[in-house]
Amino acid sequence: MVIYGVGLLSFCMLVGMLVGDLLGVVIGVEANVGGVGIAMILLLVLSNLGSREAALSPITERGVGFWSAMYIPIVVAMAARQNVAAALSGGWMAIIAGVAAVAASFALIPVLARFGQGGHNDS
Amino acid sequence: MILESLRRVLEANALITAFMFVGALVWLSYLISAKLTRGHVHGSAIAIALGLVLAWYGGLATGGSRGLSDVPLLAGVGVMGGAMFRDFAIVATAFGADIRALKRAGLVGAFSIVIGVVLSFVIGGIVAVSFGYTDPIAVTTIGAGAATYIVGPVTGTALGAGTDVIALSVAAGLTKSVLVMIGTPFVAPRIGLNNPHSALIYGGLMGTTSGVAGGLAATDPKLVPYGAMTATFYTGMGCLLAPSVLYLGVRAIL
Repeated sequence: MVIYGVGLLSFCMLVGMLVGDLLGVVIGVEANVGGVGIAMILLLVLSNLGSREAALSPITERGVGFWSAMYIPIVVAMAARQNVAAALSGGWMAIIAGVAAVAASFALIPVLARFGQGGHNDS
Repeated sequence: MILESLRRVLEANALITAFMFVGALVWLSYLISAKLTRGHVHGSAIAIALGLVLAWYGGLATGGSRGLSDVPLLAGVGVMGGAMFRDFAIVATAFGADIRALKRAGLVGAFSIVIGVVLSFVIGGIVAVSFGYTDPIAVTTIGAGAATYIVGPVTGTALGAGTDVIALSVAAGLTKSVLVMIGTPFVAPRIGLNNPHSALIYGGLMGTTSGVAGGLAATDPKLVPYGAMTATFYTGMGCLLAPSVLYLGVRAIL
């Protein structure tokens, strides 16, 4: 049933968020540390348990697939609720700091990517 | 009378109104992509850019802090685009992701998060100093804001920075997030952002969850789980490093 997929997805997200929140408390920071990432790993592990009986039925998969497909519209809504006016009214220093940080980070991607790939090529 | 009823219905069903609004916005964006750019600029990139322009308009028109969703009729956009649904959809994209790619890039992914936080922090700090800030707390807070708009205020609050400096750090983080959303599809071919491996590193270096989510959606939605995976650890890492080690470093230098 579709709700099994949605339920599984919700379970993974809540467990991930809980672990991320506890991690934040343990480290002593006011932030959720990696909650979404932990939830993703959990979903991957649970949906790949392997044994044929535990495999998700196609209809159950649709419950997860729907939310995956809603990703772009949700991101569009997310863009529409950003505080763009505040970003632009922060003055030149804030804008330059943001732009410079992004430019430097972009520039470093190919460097690190080559570093980690170690001559191994997959396409 | 009809308008009054319409307004009442749309406001009472805010989230559904948002679905319809975003649906129309995405449709219009794909139309623009196909007709005006002949498919050169991806429809979702246009939709995100239009969303940001509308957010800017919403902020100017209402004076609120949540973009278009401060317009009463479109309050549902705030729910639909809020952290809850965003994170839910991001987790869903992990379904079908390649576990081997995640494992292979584990170490360099973790490495990229630390480098990403320190790099953005140092650059933000240098910009702050070049604009005349000499107080270590202010420089640290602005540097932290250049990491993400959450790390900035968390750091500033922990160190006891002034509200004006905290506001600046949020503005720097917002600028970063907006720029990552818009810029990623344009620089992606040049920086080799076309496979899970580089997407993991991209997420770790950029760190802003909204920026990475928007940037990858506009570039190649298949890469979303990999970028989001590392980005989700970035803010925590920033909140850990900025008020502690990085602040001590700034204080030693200034």
